[in-house]
Order: sequence, then structure tokens, then C-alpha cells
Amino acid sequence: MSEIVKVEHLKKYFPVQKSFLEQLFARKMSYVKAVDDITFSVKRGEIFTLAGESGCGKTTTGRLIIRLLEPTVGEIYFNGADITKLKGEKLRLLRRKMQIIFQDPYASLNPRMKIVDAVGHPLEIHDLAKGKEKKEIVLEVLEKVGLTPPEQFTNLHPHQLSGGQRQRVALARSIIFNPEFIVADEPVSMIDVSLRTALIDLMLNLRKDLGLTYLFITHDLAVAKYISDRIAIMYLGKIVEMSNKESLFLNPMHPYTQALLSAIPIPNPERKRKRIELTGEVPSAINIPQGCRFHSRCPYKRDECSKKEPRITEVEKEHFVACHFIKS
Amino acid sequence: MPLLKIGSLTVDYRTSRGTIRAVEDVSFSLEKGETLGLVGESGSGKSTLGLSVIRLVPYPGVIVKGHVKIDGKDIVRLPEHELRFIRGRKVAYIFQDPMTSLNPIKKISAHFAELIRTHEPNVKEAKALERAKTVLKDLGIRPERINDYPHQFSGGMRQRIMIGLATALNPDLVIADEPTTALDVIVQAKILDLLESLRNAYGMALILISHDLSIILERCDRVIILYAGHMFEHASSTELHRNPRHPYTQGLLQSIPNIELADQKLAAIPGSPPNMLNLPRGCRFWPRCSYVMKICRTKEPPLIDIGHNHFVRCFKYSRGRAKS
Amino acid sequence: MSKVKIKQSILARLIPRLTSLTKKGPSGWMAILGIIILSALVIMTVIAPWIRPHDPIKTGVGPIRAPPSSQFPMGTNHLGQDMLSRILCGGSIMLQISTLSVLVCFLIGVPLGLFSSYVGGIFDRACSLVIDAIYAFPGLVIAIAIAAMLGPGVVNMALSIAVVYIPSYFRIVRSQVLSIKELTYVEAARASGAKWHTIVFRYIFPNVIPSIVVVATINFADAVLTAAGLTFIGLGVTKDVPDWGWDLTDGRALLSSGTWWVITFPGIMIILLALGFTLIEEGLSELLNPKLQR
Repeated sequence: MSEIVKVEHLKKYFPVQKSFLEQLFARKMSYVKAVDDITFSVKRGEIFTLAGESGCGKTTTGRLIIRLLEPTVGEIYFNGADITKLKGEKLRLLRRKMQIIFQDPYASLNPRMKIVDAVGHPLEIHDLAKGKEKKEIVLEVLEKVGLTPPEQFTNLHPHQLSGGQRQRVALARSIIFNPEFIVADEPVSMIDVSLRTALIDLMLNLRKDLGLTYLFITHDLAVAKYISDRIAIMYLGKIVEMSNKESLFLNPMHPYTQALLSAIPIPNPERKRKRIELTGEVPSAINIPQGCRFHSRCPYKRDECSKKEPRITEVEKEHFVACHFIKS
Repeated sequence: MPLLKIGSLTVDYRTSRGTIRAVEDVSFSLEKGETLGLVGESGSGKSTLGLSVIRLVPYPGVIVKGHVKIDGKDIVRLPEHELRFIRGRKVAYIFQDPMTSLNPIKKISAHFAELIRTHEPNVKEAKALERAKTVLKDLGIRPERINDYPHQFSGGMRQRIMIGLATALNPDLVIADEPTTALDVIVQAKILDLLESLRNAYGMALILISHDLSIILERCDRVIILYAGHMFEHASSTELHRNPRHPYTQGLLQSIPNIELADQKLAAIPGSPPNMLNLPRGCRFWPRCSYVMKICRTKEPPLIDIGHNHFVRCFKYSRGRAKS
Repeated sequence: MSKVKIKQSILARLIPRLTSLTKKGPSGWMAILGIIILSALVIMTVIAPWIRPHDPIKTGVGPIRAPPSSQFPMGTNHLGQDMLSRILCGGSIMLQISTLSVLVCFLIGVPLGLFSSYVGGIFDRACSLVIDAIYAFPGLVIAIAIAAMLGPGVVNMALSIAVVYIPSYFRIVRSQVLSIKELTYVEAARASGAKWHTIVFRYIFPNVIPSIVVVATINFADAVLTAAGLTFIGLGVTKDVPDWGWDLTDGRALLSSGTWWVITFPGIMIILLALGFTLIEEGLSELLNPKLQR
């Protein structure tokens, strides 16, 4: 399988907003290190998941890859070409090949646009179709995302639809260009439980039918396990563990992954598990701990951990871990 | 006498676009020290049901029928000033959003002092603060942080403080409405552990309201499944997990992923929840049900006792039993 | 389609909209009452040339300072002009000035607010600074200063009033854009390669319109009062046009001699006009509030 997206040493630091006086007297700028040196690649046709708690940098990574945010350092490759510095018309053409779906179906559609425009406007933006022709294409994609019969939806406004339907409209908009790659940022976490599975199945079917590749972003590891091929676990801007899902769930190696997995509720009242307790809370991304950034909460920490930052290394085939004490 | 007994409770929202019957004919009871889970999607009426227990259904909601008895006293008919002895003291409520449930301009100490002294006016301020500090220690928060403001705490810490405030007066019943929905899994597990340990230590009963069936099955003794204001199934969580009877419950269980199962196949429930202003005739689930029969489209199914304290609202189980 | 048919179809579309307002509670009724008052005044001003009993600027059509009577229902002023005719015709200047000033405000304040907040950075800071500086002065004082500089006339008055209200448009648009800009549908438009002007005009601007409408109606009411104030202190239009503002000025001087009718009737008209706009504003601001719609 070839790589469709490759990310190398990607960093995104957001300067901390300061008042005018603080700006005058501060010696050094401080930064929120949202994404702090990550490297990974997504293979064509797979579903690659970035998972982690809020503030771990997964959403920022998705926005960086799709070029909605400018990276501080690092390179992004799409189909082998460096797209980190792409601008103007070339960037606009790239937009047709990579798209994004957002978490909140109530904020992701323009309330003043009818569905036919919400879905079809990107075609006008790129001068690909207008009027009747546009409507034809919109009807086609609405059908693909299961909004049938599509004629019933084109003239509605977003507030006339339910959350699940809106998310399908957002999905329709994202596939209108026949893209190759879609970043799905928590697409089901605000959808009712009974509608979630149908939406996930739809995304899986679209992948098959349209040959899509997804970068799936989620905090819900149970959903991640169901949908993904490979998973990367992020903590404070860094990938701490990355592998195919079977290996990750059968043999989680990083103490953080283990703790995360043991905290997920199991829908079985007769199953009692031992939980791995972590001390304290996630530190601030402005003051990341020295050495291993997880050492302040790690149940297995030793002296070395607070001094040296572990590198992410391939411990087993295709299974990468960033911990001093896990070696192949 | 059970701690809480709810009988044929019906709650309406009288909106300008029509009356929404958010909760209809719900009955159940809860013993001291028991944990009950209310599961449902948005619009199922789970929060309305929780709020009716302390008669705090927001405007334009009205309890139109039924009773809510706490220690035998029907709070539906109680005058407002007597309700104050129930709210906070006997029954405490924990809301979903820990970010907005605390007053941002008041220190944590003030929150505790006000709560304790409202219900026990004889307690001196210093004494109340002493008590608050022991509560904080129970919650795993350093007692000296009592002089901090809410914004100095993280979301998880604030939810702990909310739990502390809810349990400071040793209530008999705590209602937690989606207490962990805004929180990450690790913090969620800690908060649920905390609720469990407080329940074990003080013997209070707990009603846990959530959209997440996994949490409810993991943490509760009994489960009620709500759908469009109706109680669809009511059983102990082990029984519900082993023998789910209602097609909706079966669908839910088949659509939630379980990380412990290899190669799990999820099955989606077709369709979507009904519009509460325009409910289908007959059973509220029939348009989505794969077992739909003729009778389901015309008549509302009754709640049927199928033994082992297991109740189902579905015609599939009405054969050979008293029809209503 | 014939003209009659077009008229009918416009009416057929308007009437259900108006009646639907009545179903939205007190705020709907307020808006309707405001619309009725306003349209009555506009119609009155438009048809005034045909229904007025006398020429409003012709002096000596009756006795001087005659109190209201059957012949002169609103009396006459110190020049013997018929007050009823002057009241019927005198709204035209007010309406012209307020409409023109709202138009100018809209054309300058809205684009400035849109671009300033969308572009951000130094341009935004500079704009905000200038606008805040204008905001810091009392409105009437600025209007007087500018009107004094520009001299009398309808356009000049409208311009001087516009300067006072541009900051309101700028601020409301700017704050709205700042919050809308962060919504994911704007991000989605960027992700589909929309150019910045497409984003501003198709995704942001339509969602700011409700707030602008509300500001515009407040602006109308205030413009009427400011225009009356400017005319009152002698910075308004020339005296050969009937105007409620001038009648106020004359009426004040005549009040000491017990001639109450010259100041009362134009006063009532100005209050009615401002009230009409205010009622519409109050009604609309509640009806257009999305939080109250659900």
C-alpha cells in the first residue's frame, strides 16, 4: 500500500495571548505546544485514527494536514508531494482532493443556505458546475449519504434537519469533489447513540465505494477500535504509541495507553476489571514536564524519565512506543 | 417503605408549537443504597424525569399526572417552602456541565458555607468550613484549595466539587444527570469511582442519568430504558444484559462497541427517533422496529411483567398475559 | 403578468407574513404596531400634496396665531400659515434625512466592520481606534459640529447624522463576525477552497444581517430625533420647505404667548415617527434572536 499522507516532525505552537503591558515586559514569549514533533503516515485506503484526551493535539493535527492551520515546523506530504508551503491556486486545487468533516453538526452548516447550496456551493467555488447541473450532482451525493429521496432535502434549511441528517449533509459536502482523503474530526460524538452506528457504517461504505482514505480523530477508543485499521495514541502533543488496532488493543505497551484502555466502560455488568490509576491530571500544554512528558503521572516512573525524553521506536513489527522501558 | 416511589408520572411541556409529552406514565421505586440508571437518547425524557424528582422541571414543563413520593411524602403536592427541605438536604442533583454549575465570582468556601448554613442555620461559619474541608479531602482535593475560585480548577476537579456540594449534607438520594459527559475517559472513570465510594461510605441511593449504556451497565444495579418519554424496559443490569427483551434495547446493545470483543459486528437501528410533536400512532418505536406487528401500529403496548422483576413495553411479550 | 397581478402577488406574499407575526406573541404585535404607524406616516407624507387644504408655505392663508378651529383644525402660526397643511407635508424632510443617513451608515459601517474583523491585525486595530474615538463623543455634539461645517441641506444633515451612527454598525458587525468566523461552517468553506470574498459575502454577511436590521431601526428613530434637534438649533434645511423641525423652533418662541398648538402638533408627529421605528426595532430584535426562536 502506498502512503497518501505523510507527516514529518510536525509542530504547532500557538503564542499565548498576552495583554499589552505583559508584552512589553515579558522577556520570552510563551507558547501552547499543541502539536510537538509528530511523524506518521497514512496508507491509501486505510482508516488511521488519532486518539487521545481533549487537549492532546489530535484536532490541531487534523487541521494542519488539511492546511487550515499553518504548521510552525515540519513537512506534510500528499501523494509524495510536499504541500506544506502550497499557496493560492495550487492550494485551491488541493482542496478538491482533501476534505474535512467536523464534530458539531449544528455549527458546520451555514444556517442561511439551503441544503442544495450547502452541499453544492463548493462546485461553484471551483467553477465546476452551476444551477441545474449543480443540483444534479447534489442529488447524486445526497443519495450516496442515504438522504433519500434527495429531492425532499434540497430546498430545506439546516434547522429543519436532525443532528444525524445534518451530519450526513456535511458528509455529502465533503465528498462532492470525489476527494481522496477525508479528515473526520469526531464525526459521531455528538450524534445520538442509535444513529451513530448507521453513520459509521455509511462512512465505511463510502470508503469502499469511493476509494477514500480517512484520518479519523476521536476521544472514544471503543469507536476507534470498531472503525480503524491503525491507531496512534496522543498525549500532550506527542504520539506515545502507534500500531495496528489488533496489536494495540491486545498488547498495549505504553502506560498511558494501558490506563486509557482500562478506563473505558465495558457494557457488561458481570465483567469487573482492574483499572490502572493515574495520579493527578494532564499538565498544561504551556508547561510541558521535562523529560518524558508523561512521567508526572506514570505509575512506573524512574529517575531517568524526568531527565530524558524517550524517542518513539518500533518495538514490534509496525508497533511504535515512546517509553524508555519498553524495548524490542 | 421505599426511599423513592414514582407512580404513573406524566410531564408535559406546553410550548407555543404544541404540547410535548416528555414523560408519560412512568412508575418505579428505589430502595436506600440502590443505584438506578436511566438511559435514553436526546428527547427521551431522561433529564425531565430526573428533574421531576425534585420538582424542578423547567418552564413550560408541568407535572400533569402521577406522584413522586420521597419517604412516603408526595412532593408533587408539597408547597414550595417545604420543597426546600427536600432539595439539597434529602435529594441532591448534579448537573452535566461542571463549567457553569458553579458561581464564578464565589470562592469554593463560599459555595460550601452557603449550602450548609442555608439548611443548618445554627452552624457557625468556621464550623461549616471545617466540614467543607473534610469533604474536599474525601474528594481528593487539597483542603487549602477551598479559598480558590472555580476557574482555578479543571473540569474534572469542578465536577468533584459539585459532587462534594451535593453530598455535603448527607442526602439519601443523589441524582447525577450526565455527570461525566463533558469529561475525558480517565477523569470519567475517576468521577464514577468517587460516586461509588461515596455511596458505599454513606449508604445513599444514586440515580445515574446517561445516554451511554456502557456506563450504566457497568455502574448500576438496575436500568430503565427510556424512549420518547416511555419506559421501554426495566430490569436489573445483569438481567438486561443477558436477556434484553425490547427490540430497542436489543438494537442499542448491538450498536455499542465493546473494546473487549474481537471483530465485533455492530448493527445499526434503522430510522431516527420520532418528532415529539408528532408521535407515531401506537407504539412509539414501530417505524424503526424489525418485529413490527399489526397491533403495534394502532395500539400503545402496556408495560408487561415478564418475571424476575423484568418489565417490557412491547406486544411481543403480551401473549398469554393479561392485556390492557 | 399585468401590473395588478404583480401587486396582488406581492400582497399575497406580504399578508401571510404579517399575520404570522401576530402569532409570535407580544413582540410580533409590537412590530406590527410599529409597521402600521410608520406606513401611515409615510403614506400621509406621500399623498400630502393632494389632500392638504392650503399651501403649507404660503403666508397669510388665515389670521395670525389662530387657535385650532373648524376652518384651521390645527390652528395657524405667526405667519398665518395653515398648521394642518404643514404637518401633513412636514414629514418629508425627516423621512428623507433618516433614510439617507441610514443608507450612508449601512454602506460605510457594514463593509468596514466586515473587513476590519475578517482581515484582523493592524488594519482592524486602526479602524477600531478611530471608531472608538468617534464613539467617545456625545452624538449630538458631533452632528452639530459636522453640520455646522457642511452647512444646511438634506444631504449634509444626513451625512452629519451618519457619522454619529457609523460606529454602532461597525461595532455590532465586528463583534458578530468575530464569533461567526470561528464557526466550523466558515472553516468548511475555507477547506473547500473558497476565496475570502466568497466567505465574507456568502457565509458571514447573511448571518450578520439580522443584527444589522435591528441597529438600522434604532438608527432610524435616533436619526429622526437628531434631525429635529439640528433643525431646532438652526442647522437644518432652509425655511422655504415645510418641516416639523422648523415648526418646533417657531413653536418654542411662540409658546410664551400662549400659542401651544404650533409646537404640540409637530412634537407629536416626531414622537410618533420615532415610536414607530422603536416599536419595530423592539419587536424585530426579539423575533430575530435565534435563542428565542427555538
